[in-house]
Amino acid sequence: MKNPIITLLNPPKISATYSVVGHKEAEGPLGNLFNEVCDNDKFEKETWEQAESEMQLRAIKGAIKSAGLQETEIDLILAGDLLNQCVGSNYALSSIDLPFVGLYGACSTCALGLAIGSCLYNGKILDTCICATSSHFCSSERQFRFPLEYGGQRTPTSQWTTTGAGAFALGKEGTVKITEILFGKAIDKGITDISNMGAAMAPSAIDTLKRYFQNSSHSPDYFDLIVTGDLGYEGSEILKDLLLGEGVDIRKNHVDCGLMIFDREGQDAHAGGSGCGCSAVVMACDIIPNLEKGILKDVLFVGTGALMSPISVFQGSSIPAISHLVHLSRG
Amino acid sequence: MDVFLKYLIVFAVGGILCAIAQIIIDKTKLSPARILVIYVCSGVVLSGLGIYSHIVSFANAGATVPLLGFGHLVAQGVKEAVDTTGLLGVLTGGLRATAGGISAALIFGFLASLVFSSKPKR
Amino acid sequence: MKKQEYIEYVESRAKKSPVLKNCCFAFLFGGSICILGQIFIDLYTMWGMEEKTAGTTASITLIFLASLLTGLGVFDNIAKIAGAGTLVPITGFSNAVTSQAIDAKSEGYVLGVGAKIFSIAGPVIVYAILSGTVYGVIYYAITAIWG
Repeated sequence: MKNPIITLLNPPKISATYSVVGHKEAEGPLGNLFNEVCDNDKFEKETWEQAESEMQLRAIKGAIKSAGLQETEIDLILAGDLLNQCVGSNYALSSIDLPFVGLYGACSTCALGLAIGSCLYNGKILDTCICATSSHFCSSERQFRFPLEYGGQRTPTSQWTTTGAGAFALGKEGTVKITEILFGKAIDKGITDISNMGAAMAPSAIDTLKRYFQNSSHSPDYFDLIVTGDLGYEGSEILKDLLLGEGVDIRKNHVDCGLMIFDREGQDAHAGGSGCGCSAVVMACDIIPNLEKGILKDVLFVGTGALMSPISVFQGSSIPAISHLVHLSRG
Repeated sequence: MDVFLKYLIVFAVGGILCAIAQIIIDKTKLSPARILVIYVCSGVVLSGLGIYSHIVSFANAGATVPLLGFGHLVAQGVKEAVDTTGLLGVLTGGLRATAGGISAALIFGFLASLVFSSKPKR
Repeated sequence: MKKQEYIEYVESRAKKSPVLKNCCFAFLFGGSICILGQIFIDLYTMWGMEEKTAGTTASITLIFLASLLTGLGVFDNIAKIAGAGTLVPITGFSNAVTSQAIDAKSEGYVLGVGAKIFSIAGPVIVYAILSGTVYGVIYYAITAIWG
């Protein structure tokens, strides 16, 4: 059988990263690592949707600038967000004169963008591209749940959508390269509780990681970190528990961006952060800089996305999820 | 002392009605919107059976302020309207009795949307 | 793992909401709001209103207060603790209307606020009137038969 892992013989390097976040994220454990913070989460815009676009635009421009590139040198921008029709990205990119591909993979979009960008680079189809994703608590809440001022209670398994945008410049410069890709499958294990996204996403992360280790020469111990996107507390525990049952032990080196971005107890974030901005900013401000510094050498990044539509859930459908895997390596 | 007792009953009955809803929310998969629908329909049923007016005369605001009271108001309105205007009252009584509350919520809501904007959450 | 097995596994391990704590807060806040309503009723009757008018006016007062607190961005912070304590009294109805109105503002006053203002509170009105109508028909039939 063909090996599903895509090994990149001409791996791209991450030339620069840039992260922009809101107030709550800046108060969190990673607070002083972000490149840019907006204190009122509005980014000087009228609506929350426009604020998200502005945030993503700043991240993209920031990544281009810190990579020392001119806009004319960029071949393609791969961007996505959580909003209907990807308006967060569409409006951000309408003010940049560059080719753009809109992506939707829910919260896995950050890994999806890196994966597709890397494949295009590997095939010498492009030389430089930007991968960007964003999510905004206020625009997501409006679209997926309730109005912002609605007085509701959150359950312990619910997660807090991260207000943040992360952008990555892929090209030939840099110390961190992307060497392997494994695209995920849409996995539906019957979860219908929109307040337990971690449980909806965990089976897809399990499937992707299981397939990776079945087909790879590396064992889990080979990696300094196995980073999942936004499984939160609930999803992370399920992942570690069930993978152990499958004979894959990742308890020692597993971390989750959703657990890193907020102080769950102190910041009232329940099961942790979520959203495609969550893994993007954590990768951009913490994991990749640590690879660059040599603190980490090999990292598996598994972007996890719950492909949730409120309409489908109201119609009684359960929530499918998808997880894309990217192997980051120093040197 | 009588006043104190009256307020104590208001507090206890109102509190218990809310606590029951909280148990249903936490223990079942029912969303808050469904709970409120169940409450308001229960109010109509209890009122129709002639039970709720006893609870109201015992607990006053403790029974009228929770949403069950809203259902009670509808049922009472329908009953009165049927008594005075016959079958047409079935259609006019409910909304007439609750018109004040619904209009107030609508108007205050609209005015609030003129004055306020949603704020970032932490 | 089969779907059903997985659903059961997830449900068995998911941390449950602290029911007792939530219940106590729902009781305290819900009871207090009812007391506030009673104070308004007594106050308005003292000012010479008849019982029914006083009751309606008291409800409107609570609706106003909840709407104002929603606009000021305070209501959701109280509701986070109070749970059903603010949801079940008429204040929850008011909050559902006002929060939706404020939220829909960015889509304009006709298609935004106008169209969406009852999108959360609507079911309550719909089913109150529906069940009221059913009751009315039954009541009419009973009175027609037994006079």
